Amino acid sequence: MKHERAMERRQFLKGTLGAASLVALAGCDNLSQSSWFPSILSKAEKLTEGVQRAITPANALAREYGDADISPVFPANGNTDPGTEEYAEHLAQKFAQWTVMVGGLVQTPTSWTLAALKELPSRTQITRHDCVEGWSAIGKWTGVPLADLMHQVQPLPNARYAVFYCADVDEDGVPYYESMALADCYHPQTILAYELNDAPLDIPHGAPIRLRFERQLGYKQAKYVTMIELVETFSGIRGGKGGYWEDDQGYEWYAGI
Amino acid sequence: MASLVHEGTGTDQGLEGEQVPELVTMSKPLPLKEPLVERVYRHRLPVRISHWLNVPFLIILIMSGLQIFNAHPALYWGDRSDRDQPLVSIRPVQTESGEMRGITTIFGHKFDTTGVLGYSDGKRRAFPAWATIPSAKVLAMGRQWHLFFAWALVINGLFFLTYAFISRHVARDLAPTGMDLRGIGKAIKDHLVLRHPKGEEAKRYNVLQKLAYVVILFVVAPLIVLTGLAMSPTIDTAFPWLLTIFGGRQAARTIHFIACFTFVGFIVVHVVEVILTGFFNNIRSMVTGWFTVKHEHEGANHEA
Repeated sequence: MKHERAMERRQFLKGTLGAASLVALAGCDNLSQSSWFPSILSKAEKLTEGVQRAITPANALAREYGDADISPVFPANGNTDPGTEEYAEHLAQKFAQWTVMVGGLVQTPTSWTLAALKELPSRTQITRHDCVEGWSAIGKWTGVPLADLMHQVQPLPNARYAVFYCADVDEDGVPYYESMALADCYHPQTILAYELNDAPLDIPHGAPIRLRFERQLGYKQAKYVTMIELVETFSGIRGGKGGYWEDDQGYEWYAGI
Repeated sequence: MASLVHEGTGTDQGLEGEQVPELVTMSKPLPLKEPLVERVYRHRLPVRISHWLNVPFLIILIMSGLQIFNAHPALYWGDRSDRDQPLVSIRPVQTESGEMRGITTIFGHKFDTTGVLGYSDGKRRAFPAWATIPSAKVLAMGRQWHLFFAWALVINGLFFLTYAFISRHVARDLAPTGMDLRGIGKAIKDHLVLRHPKGEEAKRYNVLQKLAYVVILFVVAPLIVLTGLAMSPTIDTAFPWLLTIFGGRQAARTIHFIACFTFVGFIVVHVVEVILTGFFNNIRSMVTGWFTVKHEHEGANHEA
């Protein structure tokens, strides 16, 4: 009698737990697809950004590694070839006509050719690239500190973000772009890189110019950069979330973790 | 024993479906053969709240964590991930006949885990749909769940630890005493044959239970939080020693994963023990605070 009851109880428990877990799983999927729940989840992004910015000294450097630490293979992710006719032309001319224009909310909008950028003082850093997928690769980057360009163009007081426009488009023709807080443009390790591991950038890694923003994840590191626009808000730009992956996939704009 | 407050001795009807006669335990020894039932206030409210919040928090964190893992289903040591040298990887592999198999590789040893790991329900994915949040492969959404509930767990954990120290729950109930530790051999033997403490002994945590809680609270939980933070490139600039103590970002990711499965193991053992030591009594005590203890008759203790 007691045994039977225990059996029943066990059956009941098993059934209830099984059903509950199925309902819970389906519930999580429904929540993920609702409009209100992800907006609650995304509150954590603001909290993370606030706390991380508060506890991280503005000029704290990302760890720099030695030559021996460089990854034998540095994987290239995202778009690995812009593939447009325009880009093919630049490639044929060895990027002689490639310019990076810095404008928007600045005193002196300025354009630099690739050659002009290479003449500016450069910085070389061996740093770790952390992909949102979970892998890391170490590479040696050489480029011009973005802070130097900022001093040249002189941002206006209402400029808060830098938006990076890129030459690459996805399969559907949607162009890549990214954005970062203006303060991060002045970080000593934030550079417009033109060399990886002592060689000019190759196409998969963003030739001829890409951003290195060492304190955030890989998808913030815009490749094939053509224009940097300083803005007060990016809510009116494209999808309004400040970047291709943010608009398209729902990745966080603040990619510090 | 502040948190195991006696309500005086009362009676409890219908415990485990048994008939328990009304007993008055004020004075004289009772000649009855039925066990005496005492109600004990075992878990105070903050502990109960914190405990039940942890249930969804941990489940969500584990399952959304597996979603994130699926985006790059391999673990490494050191700072970088050389893809030809993973410690562990879970991959879909096509055989010569064109069939898909899930292959899990651990330190170079390959295991066919088709159906669960690497390839399940016709999909190429490391952990199966039933183990991840969301069930479909959506890294961005998995990260949103994970990074929200990571805060929830940390805040709940800090709330619990603050309470547990101030109320002396840690010192009185969780910290093993010297006598506890000397009895560890017997405790292990008792656990192996599923013999659990009764009577007075059931009112307090046994030594293995204490050690399990202490290790989870003060070793595994801080480890999983710190290794999680060590994966943040921003935190690594603020606290570079995190990379040093864990042996690199990829090593931290591996330790994070091991700590996760330590939690899974703890949860399994915890739930099994809850079921084996009186499921409804245990659940009630974590819901209402009140736990019942059956006493053998004094003097009859040594019979068995």
